[in-house]
Amino acid sequence: MSKIIVTDREGVTTTIEGDTGLSVMENLRDNDFPIAAICGGCCSCATCHVYVEESWFVKLPERSEDEGELLDGSGHMQPTSRLSCQIEFTDELDGLALTIAPED
Amino acid sequence: MPDRIVIVGAGQAGGQTAVSLRLMGHKGPIVLIGDEAHVPYERPPLSKAFLAGDVGHERLYLKKPNYYGDHDIELRLNTRVTAIDRAAKTVTLGSGENLTYDKLVLAMGSRVRRLDVPGGDLPGIHYLRTLADVEEIKASLKQSARAAIVGGGYIGLEVAAVLTKLGASPVVIEVMDQVMARAMAPKVASFFEQVHRSHGVDIRLKTGVTGFEAGSDGRVAAAITNSGEKIPADLVIIGIGILPEAELAAEAGLTVENGIAVDEYGRTEDPSVFAAGDCTNHPNALLDRRLRLESVQNAVSQGKTVATAIIGKPAPYAEVPWFWSDQFDLKLQIVGLSDPTDEVVIRGSVEECKFSACYLRNGIFVAINCINTLRDFNAAKKLIAAHARPDPVTLADPDIALKEFE
Repeated sequence: MSKIIVTDREGVTTTIEGDTGLSVMENLRDNDFPIAAICGGCCSCATCHVYVEESWFVKLPERSEDEGELLDGSGHMQPTSRLSCQIEFTDELDGLALTIAPED
Repeated sequence: MPDRIVIVGAGQAGGQTAVSLRLMGHKGPIVLIGDEAHVPYERPPLSKAFLAGDVGHERLYLKKPNYYGDHDIELRLNTRVTAIDRAAKTVTLGSGENLTYDKLVLAMGSRVRRLDVPGGDLPGIHYLRTLADVEEIKASLKQSARAAIVGGGYIGLEVAAVLTKLGASPVVIEVMDQVMARAMAPKVASFFEQVHRSHGVDIRLKTGVTGFEAGSDGRVAAAITNSGEKIPADLVIIGIGILPEAELAAEAGLTVENGIAVDEYGRTEDPSVFAAGDCTNHPNALLDRRLRLESVQNAVSQGKTVATAIIGKPAPYAEVPWFWSDQFDLKLQIVGLSDPTDEVVIRGSVEECKFSACYLRNGIFVAINCINTLRDFNAAKKLIAAHARPDPVTLADPDIALKEFE
């Protein structure tokens, strides 16, 4: 199984087994991380905001225009910001490291 | 002994309450009772990606089916609660069985408003609220040549967009003089009407449905309008609003006034009974009034609110309501509750299908409709919560980001 290394808002880092074929958001949600992900993954709310570790960020497919704009409206956007619902988890992402962003 | 919690309703509010209670460390038994066959799931995709066939059941579930057992949450599906006895602290199930509780959470959600007209229950006429409803609609779609949608709200228009994408040319019949009347100003609604028409959706405004006619096969064949016109349709989907599921609470003697009355912590007047989600009428300090909402954001947030109250760390709930919808290539995001008398400021380009309608009430920013303007959404949420008074001329300039406003 491929792994996702998650740092929560308290700074605690946990490694989880990721399900491929699901989004990173769904993996975080299934593992009880405190992301609201209210819109369920349709890129409409930005409540699944994460910061991806830089070495991983550059390997991910680029943000869509919608994702970039939604993040841009967030008060917590950083260069490595992503909406975790827009990242499909695959075996190539084994070891993906990210930090959950503060809530807007 | 830690409290035994019984949650009536396994939708988004009930599911969230159960999950939050465990996350917050509640150790006692949790029983989550739902009258549907499925574990708690997201409803919004039902009229969008799920109807379109883009996602299956399992992608709608809030948590995987094994989550509940793994977290010692007793999930009782296909189960109706028929009565509450507050004195005995029990709920009665459809089977006659009684369950005791220390704390009861009412999260029954909403049910569809039905169109009570002659022929209104003919085969081929559907409502859209549950996964099972959409399964039936999907099955009917295969044989359908002509679909009619009654109601030009979110549900009706989302369904119209999906059916069009699937190759149908639906008719939308709306009794008001604009679509999505509760959510937006006439000029924004007319933009949506034009987009739908440009995709081949036949929108009939100011048109009521007075009945349905059956064909020789006994199935629906036409919708009859208040002008006497017969609109041929072998599939009808009715989306004319929802009503709070509050009868159980009323019968138990709890205050019900357009929803189950709760305070900002989700507490009813009975210290052992809480309520969350669509079925509640609750105060909102940011809006300075009581209201009932039909939304996921409210269901999830109130579910968390009730969990915090039950574990003894109450935190008041007050958020600006927000909603979203997808129709064709239009991503619609709504924050706040607008009113027909609000001043409307348009920022961006209606022609390019990328604009926001900002609603000002006595100069105060109270609501926004973002149409493909995702950048405005979260920034507007903050401004609306802060009761900002943006200068309307500056607000109309899309090159000045909303996050630059104070």
